[in-house]
Amino acid sequence: MTSSALALPARSSRTWTQHPLVARYAPVVTMVAALIAIWYVAAVAMNWSLVRDGFEREETPYTTSDILSGTMDAERPLLPAPHQVVNAFLDGVFGYPPLAPRSLVYHALVTLSATVLGFVLGALFGIALALMIVHSRVLERSLLPWIICSQMVPVLALAPIFIVVLGALGLHGLLPKSIISAYLCFFPIAIGMVKGLTSPEPLQLELMRTWSATPRQVLWKLRWPASVPYLFASLKVAVTISLVGAIVAELPTGAEAGIGARLLSGSYYGQTVQLWAALVTAAVLASGLIGIVGLIERSVARHMGAH
Amino acid sequence: MATAKPNISIVSETSAAPSRGQAPYGAESVSASDLTSQEKATRRRVVDAQNISLTFETADGRVDALSNVNLQVADGEFVSFIGPSGCGKTTMLRVIADLQQPTSGTLLVNGMTAEQARLARAYGYVFQAPALFPWRTIEKNLKLPLEIMGYSEFEQQQRVQRYLSMVNLTGFERKFPWQLSGGMQQRVSIARALSFDPALLLMDEPFGALDEIVRDHLNEQLLHLWKSTGKTVLFVTHSIPEAVFLSTKIVVMSPRPGRIIDVIECDLPTDRSLEIRETPEFMKVAQRVRNGLRAGHSYDE
Amino acid sequence: MDPRKLRLGFLLATVAVALAFVFAPAAQAAPLLARPVAAGLCAGAALLLLLAAWLGDIRSILPGLIASLASGSASLLLLHDPAVAGEASVGFWAIVIACWVSAALCVINLATVRNLRRERLRVIDIAVPLLFGATVFYLWEVGVRGFGVPPVLLPSPSAAAARFAASLPILAGDFVQTFIRGVLIGYVVGCGAGLLVAILAHRFDFLGRGLLPLGNFFSALPLVGIAPIMVMWFGFDWPSKAAVVVLITFFPMLVNAIAGLSAAGHIERDLMRSYAASHSQSLSKLYLPAALPFIFNALKINATLALIGAIVAEFFGTPTQGIGFRISTEAGRMAIDMVWAEIALAALAGMAFYGFVALAERATTFWHPSYRT
Repeated sequence: MTSSALALPARSSRTWTQHPLVARYAPVVTMVAALIAIWYVAAVAMNWSLVRDGFEREETPYTTSDILSGTMDAERPLLPAPHQVVNAFLDGVFGYPPLAPRSLVYHALVTLSATVLGFVLGALFGIALALMIVHSRVLERSLLPWIICSQMVPVLALAPIFIVVLGALGLHGLLPKSIISAYLCFFPIAIGMVKGLTSPEPLQLELMRTWSATPRQVLWKLRWPASVPYLFASLKVAVTISLVGAIVAELPTGAEAGIGARLLSGSYYGQTVQLWAALVTAAVLASGLIGIVGLIERSVARHMGAH
Repeated sequence: MATAKPNISIVSETSAAPSRGQAPYGAESVSASDLTSQEKATRRRVVDAQNISLTFETADGRVDALSNVNLQVADGEFVSFIGPSGCGKTTMLRVIADLQQPTSGTLLVNGMTAEQARLARAYGYVFQAPALFPWRTIEKNLKLPLEIMGYSEFEQQQRVQRYLSMVNLTGFERKFPWQLSGGMQQRVSIARALSFDPALLLMDEPFGALDEIVRDHLNEQLLHLWKSTGKTVLFVTHSIPEAVFLSTKIVVMSPRPGRIIDVIECDLPTDRSLEIRETPEFMKVAQRVRNGLRAGHSYDE
Repeated sequence: MDPRKLRLGFLLATVAVALAFVFAPAAQAAPLLARPVAAGLCAGAALLLLLAAWLGDIRSILPGLIASLASGSASLLLLHDPAVAGEASVGFWAIVIACWVSAALCVINLATVRNLRRERLRVIDIAVPLLFGATVFYLWEVGVRGFGVPPVLLPSPSAAAARFAASLPILAGDFVQTFIRGVLIGYVVGCGAGLLVAILAHRFDFLGRGLLPLGNFFSALPLVGIAPIMVMWFGFDWPSKAAVVVLITFFPMLVNAIAGLSAAGHIERDLMRSYAASHSQSLSKLYLPAALPFIFNALKINATLALIGAIVAEFFGTPTQGIGFRISTEAGRMAIDMVWAEIALAALAGMAFYGFVALAERATTFWHPSYRT
C-alpha cells in the first residue's frame, strides 16, 4: 500500500530543498555544523576565566577581544577549540616523519598492530569455537551459557592482570596487548557466529536432509553462507572492542608508544590539545577499521547476490 | 421471505469503453420502483465526492490512482468497493478517511471536509490486519480509542461490555491478542471501530486474511451488526460473492487510471442468509459485477 | 551417548583410582593407604565408578556424580598435606583424572539427553553448565595447588575466595564508589538523556535524520578515551567516572530508541491518525510501548558498557577507592589474589545488574513474539 508520503502535493514543481541529494545529507550536515558551533561557544565559555587569569597574572592590559581570541588559542585549555584540535592532529600526522616518537602515525601504527593482530586471532578462535559449539550438543549446553555470562562481566577490567602476569612471564610489547584484544573480541564473534550458523530455517535443513547431505556439506552449503551477515555484524563490533582493548592495554604499564600511551601522557602532563589529537586519531582509526570491514562486507554481499 | 421476487434495479448501462474517468451514472435510479428512489433521495448524504483525483509520483513515473471519481453515499447504506489490485478502492477509502489527501476534487463527509470529519471522530476504520496492540489485553485494546477521546472510566467499561457482546466475544476481556485466532482478533477490531459510535464504518478488506469458512461466518455477523446498528458502511473487497452478499450498493472500479466503472444498486432483501448466494437473483447481480470488471479490463494481464 | 564408550570411560576412571592406591601421591608423602579418610573416599569412588560402568546408561549419572564428588574431596584433602602440595605426582593426578573423567562423562551424558518432560529439561539446562563450571574450577584449584603455581601468576580459587571474604570492607567501599556512584548514576542519566533525545528526534524528523548517523558513528568510537578529559573537567572523584558512563551509554540508547520508536507498524499509525490522537497520546499509547523491546536491548548493552566504562575510567586516575583503582594498584603491587577478588566482585556486580535488567525486560515486554516461541 502506498503511503501518503508518496502522494504529490497540489503543486507539482519541486524546489531545490527537495532535491534527493540535499534531502539526504542536509540533516547530518546541519547537525555537524550545529555541534561545531556549540563546541566553539563552549570553548570560549570554558576557557574564559583561564585566559583572563593568565592575563591578570602577567599584568598585561587586555580587552575582551583579546580574551576571546585567547580562548581559542590557549596552550593548556580546558576545552580546545575545534581548529586547535584539527591543527594538532594534522601536525601530528604530517608534521613528523612517520616513525618518529612524536608522530601520531607512529602511535597509531603501534596501537593498530596490536588491534589487528588481536582481532585476527580473536576472529579465528571465535569462529572455531562457534563451529565446535554448533556441531557438538555437549559443548553447546555446557559452554555456551558461560560464554553468554561472560558478556555481562567487565572483561576489560582484566587487562592490567594480563599485562602484569604476562610481563612477569617475560612477554612484553605487542603480544600481551594482542592477547588482550583477542580475548576481548572472541566472545562477540563466537556468539554472533553461533547465531548465524543456527539461523537457517528448519525448512532449509529438512531440504538438505532429503538430499542426504553430510554435516560437512550442510555446513559449507547452508550454514556458512547463512551466517555471513551475522559474521560481519559481529566483526564490526569486535574490531571496535579490539581497538579499545589495545588502547586500554597500554595503560597499566605506562607504555611509551600507542594511542593509550598518548592519552595517558597527555593527561599526566596536562597537555589537553595532545589529548584531543590522540582521541581524534582513535576515532579515525575506529572509523577506518569499521569502514574496511564494511567494504569487505559489501563486496562479499554483492558476490553473494545481494542488491 | 423467499417468495417475493426481489427487485434488482440496475442503475446504469455500462458502455464497452467508458469515457475517461466519468462514472456513467446519476444520483437517481432508473428502476421501476419510484418509491424507493424517493426514499433514497431524502436520506442524508454521508459521503459526497466530486471529481476526486489522486496522482502518485513513483520511480516508474506517474500513477493515476484515482481519476475523477464521483461518489455519493446515503445514510444507512452498505456500499462495497470491488475491483482488482491497484484500482484505487483502498485509496478511495483512505481519502474519505483523511489518511491520504487527493490532488484535486472536493469531498464532504457528513457535511464537513474529510479532515474535520476525522477530527470530529466521525468514522471507525477497520484495516486488513486486526492491528491490536499486543501489550494490551482485549479489554484495554477496546478502550484505546475511548481513552484517546476522553470517555469516563465508567463509560469505557460500559461500551467494552456492550460491543464485545455484540461480536460474541464476552469473556475474552483479559486475554491477549495472540491468544485469539485471526477471526476473533478481527472481530475485536470491528468492535473497537464501533465502540465510540461513529456514524461511518470504513472497512478495508477486513476478512482477506481469513479462510473461507470463517469468512462466511463473519459475513453473516457483519450483516447482523449492520442491521442492528444502522451504520453506514463502506467496505472494500475483491471477492464478488462477498460484495453482493453484504451490500446495498456495489461500486465497481478498475485500474489505470483508477475510476468507477459501474454502480449497482442491489435490492436483495436485507434479511439475507448464506443460502441466498445460490439464488438466480444473486447470480444476476454477480454477473453484472463481473461484466463491469471485464469492461474495465480488470481481467487483462 | 554410546553405552560402550560410557562404560569404557567409567572403567578408565576406576583404573585411575586403583592406580592411586599403588602410587604415592607425591615423592615424599605417605601413601594413600596411610590416610584413612582419603582412602575411604577413594575406595567408595571406585565402587561407584564400577557401578556406573556396569549400568552404562542414563542411570549411571548419579553414581558417577557421587564418585566425582568423593574423589574430588579426596584430592582436596590430600592437598592439605604440605608434602603433596606443589610436588604432586602420579598417585595424586590419578585421583584428579578419575574425578575429571567421571564428571565429564556425566556432563556429556546429561547434555545428550533429549526426550524428557519440559521441567526436567529445564533443570538439565541449568545443571549442565553448572557442572561444567564446577569441573573447571576444580581443575583450576588442584592444578594450581598441585603444580605449585606461584600465587603471583595465578592464585587458586580458594585463595581468591579467602581473600574476598577477608577484604569485604574494602570491597564494599570499592563497590559503592564505582558501582553505586559511578555506574548507576551515569547509567540513569545517560540512558534517560538518550531516550529523551530519541523522542525529540522522532518528533522532529529533520533532527532524527541528522542524529542517527552521528549516533551510529559515536557508538563505535573508543569512548573510554574520554576519561582523562572528564577527569580534567570534573576532578578525580566519581563525577568524572559518571560523566564517562553517561557518554558511553547515551549513544547506544539513542540509536536503539530511534529505531524502536519507528518500529510501530504502518497500520497502527494510521489507526491513531483515524482516532485524531494528539502526538503525546500516540507517543504514550503506541510509539513508546512498541519501542520497549529496542529500549531494553539498549539497556542490556549499556549495563555491561557502563560497568566497563567506570572501571576503565578509573585506570586513568581516581582518589583512593574504586574497583578499577584497586585492580590497577594491586596489579602493580603484584597482589594478584586481591585483583582476582576485585574481578570477582565486578563479575558478580555485572551479572546481577544485567540479570536485573533482563528480568525487568521479561516483565514489561512479555508480549513480544520472541518470548512466545
